[in-house]
Amino acid sequence: MIQVNNLTKTYNGTTVLHIENLEIKKGESFGLVGNNGAGKTTFFSLLLDLIQPSTGNITSNGVQVHLSEDWKPFTAAFIDESFLIGYLTPEEYFYFIGDLRGQNKADVDALLDKYKEFFNDEILNNKKYLRDLSKGNQKKVGIIAALIGNPEVIILDEPFANLDPTTQIRLKRIIKELADNPDVTILVSSHDLAHTVEVSNRIVALNKGEVVKDIQTSQETLRELEAFFAV
Amino acid sequence: MKPIIKTMFKRFLQLEWKAFFRSASLGQSLGLKIFMGFLAVYFLISFLILGIALYPLLEELFPEQPPMQVVNNFVLIWLVIELFMRFMMQTLPVLNIKHMMINNIKRKTIIHFVLIKSLFSFYNLLTPLAVIPFGIWCIRKGDYSALQITGWIIAMLALVTAVNYANFLLKKKFSENIKSITPYLVVALVLVGLEYFEIFKISEFTGGLIGFLLEYPLLVIIPILIAIGLYLWNFNYLKNNFYLDSGLKGKSTQVETTDLGWTKRFGDIAPFLQLDMKLLWRNKRPKTTIWFSLLFLCYGLFFYPNPVYANMPAFLVFVGIFVTGIFVINFGQFIPAWDSSYYSMMMSQNIPMKKYLESKAGLMYFSIVVLTLLSIPYVYFGVEILLLNIACAIYNAGVNVPLILYAGSFNKKRIDLEKTQFMNYQGTGATQWILGFPLLIIPIVLWYVVYKIVDQTTATTVLGLIGVIGLVLKNLFMKKIVKAYKTKKHIQINGFKQVS
Repeated sequence: MIQVNNLTKTYNGTTVLHIENLEIKKGESFGLVGNNGAGKTTFFSLLLDLIQPSTGNITSNGVQVHLSEDWKPFTAAFIDESFLIGYLTPEEYFYFIGDLRGQNKADVDALLDKYKEFFNDEILNNKKYLRDLSKGNQKKVGIIAALIGNPEVIILDEPFANLDPTTQIRLKRIIKELADNPDVTILVSSHDLAHTVEVSNRIVALNKGEVVKDIQTSQETLRELEAFFAV
Repeated sequence: MKPIIKTMFKRFLQLEWKAFFRSASLGQSLGLKIFMGFLAVYFLISFLILGIALYPLLEELFPEQPPMQVVNNFVLIWLVIELFMRFMMQTLPVLNIKHMMINNIKRKTIIHFVLIKSLFSFYNLLTPLAVIPFGIWCIRKGDYSALQITGWIIAMLALVTAVNYANFLLKKKFSENIKSITPYLVVALVLVGLEYFEIFKISEFTGGLIGFLLEYPLLVIIPILIAIGLYLWNFNYLKNNFYLDSGLKGKSTQVETTDLGWTKRFGDIAPFLQLDMKLLWRNKRPKTTIWFSLLFLCYGLFFYPNPVYANMPAFLVFVGIFVTGIFVINFGQFIPAWDSSYYSMMMSQNIPMKKYLESKAGLMYFSIVVLTLLSIPYVYFGVEILLLNIACAIYNAGVNVPLILYAGSFNKKRIDLEKTQFMNYQGTGATQWILGFPLLIIPIVLWYVVYKIVDQTTATTVLGLIGVIGLVLKNLFMKKIVKAYKTKKHIQINGFKQVS
């Protein structure tokens, strides 16, 4: 599904990301772990053509992302709060994203109903603008908005951060459910090794912009990763 | 000044220096600053020359009145003009306070800094440059003693300071609670009416008061007290709003959800139109562009009845472009920065750039139509004016809209809609008018050239026709504009991320 070739990103002579070759297969649940500054967000930003690669390219479903916009219809993402529109209510935001992804109101409502538990009655019908919600609730909105319109590639950057424990558990369930769908490729990054191990069937660890581990998740994975990061 | 406060002030200045030179839009800002610098020097010299030449000039124009009296009678009118100019042009100092609130700095220090800094503004130099040379003339001619004139000059300086702080309050009221201005506006209009119909000449009344001040220089204390009073008014206001939940964040307002279903008829640009309307209505900054548009609708009243401009018809083109295109100028020049806080989402969403830009253009067309309809009553001043305004409207739609959209591709300065800054009045300064300059000058020159060669009707027709041609070529322009936005995409995303 996603093919990375000789990708580098350099800022003022410092290489922050260098991935020689990486293939993410369709239906894979891909976890990206690493310390601060390892290049996780940079990689996702490159994948979404929010920044330009210094060399190399990323191909998503046969589309070179920095050359064509044709990856947009099947890709959805939530990177940070800058993906939210502060002066809309959550409902308005969902319908707006729905409009962009060719979903009518009923489609969106059906999806929202499905994730009612995740919202915990804190999001819908609250008569509040997104900018007035707490960080955690904003995150919930952003994550669910990324699921609108049956995207084939879903990118979530640090989805567990800022969420309360109950919501984290619910989110893990949602991600696992999505991962079970063979048509959905889901990419999740996190600082939290345990979460990532739980939801991903493949884990790549980045360190200073380079791939240092690439493992299929097994019972050993968590211990292996913890050993690696314990320095 | 206590040394601790002094270092504090130095710190603040350093911070602003860094904020300016490390911002993504440095090149743009620098170019603009240099241009503004030239303009400032020009105006300073103009006012100085005015000050030097004023005395002999007034002696010649009003031989039966002493020059000082003429000047004094004009003081109030000048102060009103100055206040209006400042309201339009002067950018208020902005200081990002969030990170300072919990640091070891007294609130008072920060507020004093903001208020005192505003004194070092170019606008505060203009009047003194005219007033001081005039005062010296008066002493040399022996009209008044040095003591009297010193008192008078100090009084003028105090009044300028008062206007400086009055502008602060006015701007704040304008952006926060526009209705609260109404009583002041009514009083001002009544006074203007009384003056106009020569029932009570407030300008001569204040002129008399200032004459009184010349007799008793000690009275200079009164204008000084006015200035100090306005300073304290500002100070208290800012102090009370210096909290995260008031000045910075604003209460979490109850939402008014409106069903903008009628926009559906515009097809696939409908979602963006809805979004833009909510943007305009729910955020203070963009909302002021609407108020501005309505305010400037009255601009014609300044020019049309005034016989001076009857001999300068090019001015009428200026008014026409301005009245019908004010929203285009004010809203358009910040495209796409209005969306800056969520621009990376927009760019990763399933949005063709063309649709996004077309909806912006659609909104501007809509504003032109509304403003043109509202300006129809100006037909009272002649059919030519109505026709000219319609021609200007078409020109705005055909040429200025694509022009400003194209210019938008160079925008990379973030706009903070959510007002995270202490007194965020970004974009209500002189620069916004400077950027609107080409939009105004080109049609005026075009019209004037044809008017000189042929006549007024032809000139108006030509202007309208150029607009029509622009509208016909719209798709071609759009293609170029879309391309420009696509090439600038990454630069814009990066720039919009910088929270100033």
